[in-house]
Amino acid sequence: MSNFFSKAEVTSSGRPVFLRNEVECHLLSGVDLEPEDHHNFPPLKSGIFILTTHRLLWLPSSSATTPTSASAIPLAAISHIFSSKKSLKSVFHSPRIRFQVLVSPDGRVFDPGSGSSFSSGSGSRSVVVTAVVRGKGDCDGFLVKFWDSWRMRAWESNETSGSGSGSGLASGSGAGTGTGGGLYSTDGSVRMVGVSGILRKEQEMWESTDKSLQDAFQDLNALMSKAQEMVMLAEKMRQKLLSGTGSQTSGTNDEEMGSKEEIQDWLLSVGIISPVTKESAGALYHQQLSRQLADFVRTPLERAGGMINLIDAYCLFNRARGTELISPDDMLQACSLWEKFDVPVMLRKFDSGVMVIQNKSHSDEEVFARIKSLVTKPEALRNGISPTDAAMTLGIAPAMAKEHLLTAESKGLLCRDISPDGFRFYINLFPEIDPCNIYFVKDYGICSTWIKAVSTSELCLSHRSRVLDYDNGMPTTYGPVSFRLRKRITCNPAAT
Amino acid sequence: MVIILISSLRFRLEAENFSPISIYCEGSTCREMQKLGDFKLPHFFNYPPYFTLQPVRETREKQVQLWKELILDYCRTQKIFVIKLEEEFPLFSNSVIERTLSHEAREAFLSALAAEGRAEWLDKGHRSCLILWHRIQEWADIIVNFVKDNGFEDSVMTVEEIRFGIESRRTELHGIDRTILMRALKLLEQKGKLAIFKGTSTDDEGIKFSV
Repeated sequence: MSNFFSKAEVTSSGRPVFLRNEVECHLLSGVDLEPEDHHNFPPLKSGIFILTTHRLLWLPSSSATTPTSASAIPLAAISHIFSSKKSLKSVFHSPRIRFQVLVSPDGRVFDPGSGSSFSSGSGSRSVVVTAVVRGKGDCDGFLVKFWDSWRMRAWESNETSGSGSGSGLASGSGAGTGTGGGLYSTDGSVRMVGVSGILRKEQEMWESTDKSLQDAFQDLNALMSKAQEMVMLAEKMRQKLLSGTGSQTSGTNDEEMGSKEEIQDWLLSVGIISPVTKESAGALYHQQLSRQLADFVRTPLERAGGMINLIDAYCLFNRARGTELISPDDMLQACSLWEKFDVPVMLRKFDSGVMVIQNKSHSDEEVFARIKSLVTKPEALRNGISPTDAAMTLGIAPAMAKEHLLTAESKGLLCRDISPDGFRFYINLFPEIDPCNIYFVKDYGICSTWIKAVSTSELCLSHRSRVLDYDNGMPTTYGPVSFRLRKRITCNPAAT
Repeated sequence: MVIILISSLRFRLEAENFSPISIYCEGSTCREMQKLGDFKLPHFFNYPPYFTLQPVRETREKQVQLWKELILDYCRTQKIFVIKLEEEFPLFSNSVIERTLSHEAREAFLSALAAEGRAEWLDKGHRSCLILWHRIQEWADIIVNFVKDNGFEDSVMTVEEIRFGIESRRTELHGIDRTILMRALKLLEQKGKLAIFKGTSTDDEGIKFSV
């Protein structure tokens, strides 16, 4: 069998080695290849049938018992592809693809690489090969692509230069129509009338749709063939850039650098990230993005009270951009570039991992001062503050407020209180307490303030005195003696 | 009535002048200085963060220190020798502010005491802790003083007599935990100050002093 079809090279993992510019188009599994009327050669059973732009490949499946090698049929050797006959019989058995290959005089499939010229009517023998598709696969789609690839004659465009791709396409379409006519004139297939007229009509309809499809996709094909050139061009540019930055010994003049940056920009706009940008301080794109972000984020920052979550900023920025959305990585990179510029914003990461954008002018001390004033209010002394309370007072988001409270706690300003009521913070009294004298309370200082605040919630009633209330640290009294006592109190300087 | 009012007020004002103690605690029913039984609680007992194990290192150290002092004081005055973690311990909860020390916090504070040598875990699972508000050596000294003060230098006593006898009633030895007493006695035995011997019943051991 290996003598009939050409041998195809396979990689160590079983994938076929493609020729230069060869592109895989379609794949079917569970395919038997049977050359008809060729009793000498046993058919290839149950393999993977691959259509490429240049060849038809048959690979043995891994469960093949007898070691068979991969085979290839060059598309150049195919003289005719039979259309799929829709008969009653075809409903019951597996779909088949039949095509005719030219056979060289020595009994092997004609190999265009061997150098001999190809002509359809050269008089060489042709053998019909049937591919029986036993596996699940889109047989009709395969057939359509088969026609396309065969018509495109990609192998011919390779032999000519790159500019020949356009002409190759023209010749391909020309060949299509040419062979369309030639199929019926030179092939020698028996013309049938009556029922066959209907069949022929069907065939013609099929071919006309095929042609219209081809016209429609002409641009796409042109692009695809050009795409290869584009990739080559991009590679060349990249190489040039790399070599350019490598040889810095000659000294960089500004013009060179400017043009290099332009090249980088173009590459980026096409979607190719130049490796140079990753090493350097970032492409112009990222720098521009970073500046734009710094400008944009100023308004939300003011609204949010000087600190905004990175995720919130990302959402707002993308919404403002509308169409050209940026990825989270771009955002992060843009923010980290701020260090190198002189922008009034900075990225900050808290201990808990939360990342925020904040004004450079933002000072933690100021926030702590505000927190302290909040937490020394009598209400807060009694019940502590929750992140929501802090958020309302400070005018920032609750998540930010919690971060601030946690930072203040780590600085020793606050203490936490975890209870079924929730997570609350109190002013830190521990430094004021002397462990050697735990019953001692200084007159002034936060401890006594706390005690006073706590005691006013539970007014003590002593049988000896009237109700005493405390206002600004001074005892006030009620009743007729108040005037005289008040005078007495104010005369007492040490009490204040 | 008015005079009493003025004088009580003046007392309060003068108290504010001279004494550093908070003016609300003397005899009033104000709840600042609570009591647990007859034990006076410090004011920070009502401070809710006191009952939450603080994560910040400095704050935690202070908190641990305060709790250690409090536990030792309480146990000393109430003559408590063993604290079981799973049982309710009145010092570990405050019903006024509705806070209780978590199991983790209790273990942390008692472990700190154990590290200092002021407590000992009785089991590996840290469920029960022996509180040594006097160290074993101190207990040994107390026993020696007790013996000397009462003239028992060459006599014999049972362990129960030391614990619950009439003579020990005025001393700190009264009601001492048996484990602690045995340890102290063994320490003294090593020093040769006494000898322990088994009595007629397995419960009661006798001590022969030779101080």
